Amino acid sequence: MPVLRKGKEMEEKEVVIRIRHLSKEYRLGVIGRGTLQRDLQSWWARKRGKPDPNQRIGRREYTSKECFYALEDVSFDVHRGERIGVIGANGAGKSTLFKLLARVTAPTEGAIGVKGRISSMLEVGTGFHGELTGRENIYLNGAILGMKRQEIDACIDQIIAFSECEEFIDTPVKRYSSGMYVKLAFAVAAHLNSELLLMDEVLAVGDMHFQKKCLNKMTQLSNDEQKTILYVSHNMETIRTLCNRCIVLEKGHLVFDGEPEEAIAKYLGDVVQMKLHYTYEADANDRRTTGKMQFTSLDIKNSNQVTAKEGIGFSVAFRVQEAIADLHLRCTIHSTDGQAVGTSVSEGIGAFAKNTSASVGIHFDTTSLTKGEYVAELAAVEPMGGGRQWRHAWLEHAFAFEITEDAFGQYSLNRNAKKWGYTVYPDLKIKKCDRM
Amino acid sequence: MRQAEKVDLGSDDWTMEIRPYASAFHFPIKELWEYRDLLFLFVRRDFKTMYKQTILGPAWILLSPLLTTGMFSLIFGRIAGISTDGTPAFLFYMAGNILWNYFSSCLSAASSTFIGNAGLFGKVYFPRIVVPASSAVSKLITFGAQFLLFLILLFCSLGSGQVRITWLCLMTPVLLVMLALLAIGTGMILASLTAKYRDLQVLVGFGIQLWMYASPIVYPLSQIPGKWRILLSLNPVAYIVECFRYGWLGSGIVSIPNLMIGLGIILLILFVGTVMFNKTQRNFMDTV
Repeated sequence: MPVLRKGKEMEEKEVVIRIRHLSKEYRLGVIGRGTLQRDLQSWWARKRGKPDPNQRIGRREYTSKECFYALEDVSFDVHRGERIGVIGANGAGKSTLFKLLARVTAPTEGAIGVKGRISSMLEVGTGFHGELTGRENIYLNGAILGMKRQEIDACIDQIIAFSECEEFIDTPVKRYSSGMYVKLAFAVAAHLNSELLLMDEVLAVGDMHFQKKCLNKMTQLSNDEQKTILYVSHNMETIRTLCNRCIVLEKGHLVFDGEPEEAIAKYLGDVVQMKLHYTYEADANDRRTTGKMQFTSLDIKNSNQVTAKEGIGFSVAFRVQEAIADLHLRCTIHSTDGQAVGTSVSEGIGAFAKNTSASVGIHFDTTSLTKGEYVAELAAVEPMGGGRQWRHAWLEHAFAFEITEDAFGQYSLNRNAKKWGYTVYPDLKIKKCDRM
Repeated sequence: MRQAEKVDLGSDDWTMEIRPYASAFHFPIKELWEYRDLLFLFVRRDFKTMYKQTILGPAWILLSPLLTTGMFSLIFGRIAGISTDGTPAFLFYMAGNILWNYFSSCLSAASSTFIGNAGLFGKVYFPRIVVPASSAVSKLITFGAQFLLFLILLFCSLGSGQVRITWLCLMTPVLLVMLALLAIGTGMILASLTAKYRDLQVLVGFGIQLWMYASPIVYPLSQIPGKWRILLSLNPVAYIVECFRYGWLGSGIVSIPNLMIGLGIILLILFVGTVMFNKTQRNFMDTV
């Protein structure tokens, strides 16, 4: 059930986007072979007044086979001046929602009502042409995003100043660095006259200074000009900085709508539940690993809820597809708000021949963790030399656990992890004390 | 369908409503006007980038029809000995060639609207019709340059008495608009089909070539026996080219009824094209 929660001031504001029962269905694997033939078949059957041989029979069965809902029955309202963050795992439907709002593709069911002009910055440099100069691209990009020539004329100097590319503005953008590309693209989008802005992880490429500048600019646009912003990101920090409302999507459903902090906690908390036994599905297409091995399951030996002194005992099972010479396990602990807390790497487990399976028992020392809930990331790595390593398998969210009591007794009740950090160092050693 | 009835959005004063189905019988004239700046920026982009990294640059605009025309006069005029109705062969072929060039380049640009711009269309919305419309305009500029060259060559040979300019040359703008509409209409149909069935892309190039031989480009219509001429009247290009030639060279078959039939066919194709294009543009990103 969606948790709907809205502040009082929000309800008084005008609704600028209303989404009702929005669904988007995608067909899987039917493009290519057989489509033309099937279409002709259906068409011929209809011509003769016979039932379509390819018609959908019973929605559920069909769905499980060839169709899936990227978004299903999503409804919410957006009010003027809101900065809404949209979060969710890959495939939760964030991009689909934005594509529907940007009119790139049409919904399968439901409706969206929009007040004002909507502009999307779905990817940096959309419609930039390498041979054209920065200035020409500002005009082209602005026009693609729906601006009139006079509107661009009016703010071209501001755009150039904001982009920090004055020196190169009359150089073809194919000579630009990727950072300059982003800056120019963002500068155009930040000066759009649209009342509604869609942004999909556009800040990912700029340097820290520029990212901050962008976030400030967005906040300023929304405060001063009452622009409404919808922002998709996996970076929880930028969501925190920018957004004043947050929506969590999960497998095409809206599961949370409310305060950003709560939404982030909900999203990260939902990613992995506290269990004693976990099984993992192999993701053959994961490009972030070499794919030489896969984790299959994991068992917590003692408990998910432990004191810091106890530590976590677990055994992890995996399958090795291709021979590995020197396997190590790396475990990174994240807090529930997405911050990495610390990492621990195992000693070498040894070599593994191809097509073997193994199970490794591990004890994770939690002495330095403060009270709270954590999510562990697990990777199988092999040193490559020069301080680098291959990553053979990776679980972004391997298991979750809770530290009920930290190792340093007397101050633990007062600990505030947000301010003091999630790790506890050993006691300060008092070397001497000279009383004056 | 779960929500067979129309989903209620409350108040009615939305600037835009996005729904699963929209009317396919919608001619996007208003949107085209709203996005005219984009159209001209696309035209400028086409020009600025067309001949980048070439030695001769924009000179190709004039060189390529000269080369093709030269080839046509050699092969069809000299070797095959096809009649040119008594007009100078080079001018005869050039007239047909620059017109056909305009038509075919518009058509092939329009027919790759969806596939060629999938990256852009997947990110941002603007009326998709801007793309084929802008290529029709930018090809028109190319045509303009080639036409000027044609006029210069024409005036040089006025003294020979083999050519005469008739009042029908005033029809040229109308003929060009007809050709552009036909190219956009056909292009929209092909763009919609190729978006779904990629193998048709190969056929498009082949089809355009066949179409050229079904039009009086390398031969005059007068060479075609009567019964075949009826078939050719279904090809609007045929009488457009003939009318153009009659206007500027004084030879050719001008038939107002046939031009009217051509116009009818053009409007029909444009209508079918718009409907198919409207249907495709709503969901084609899902199939790319």
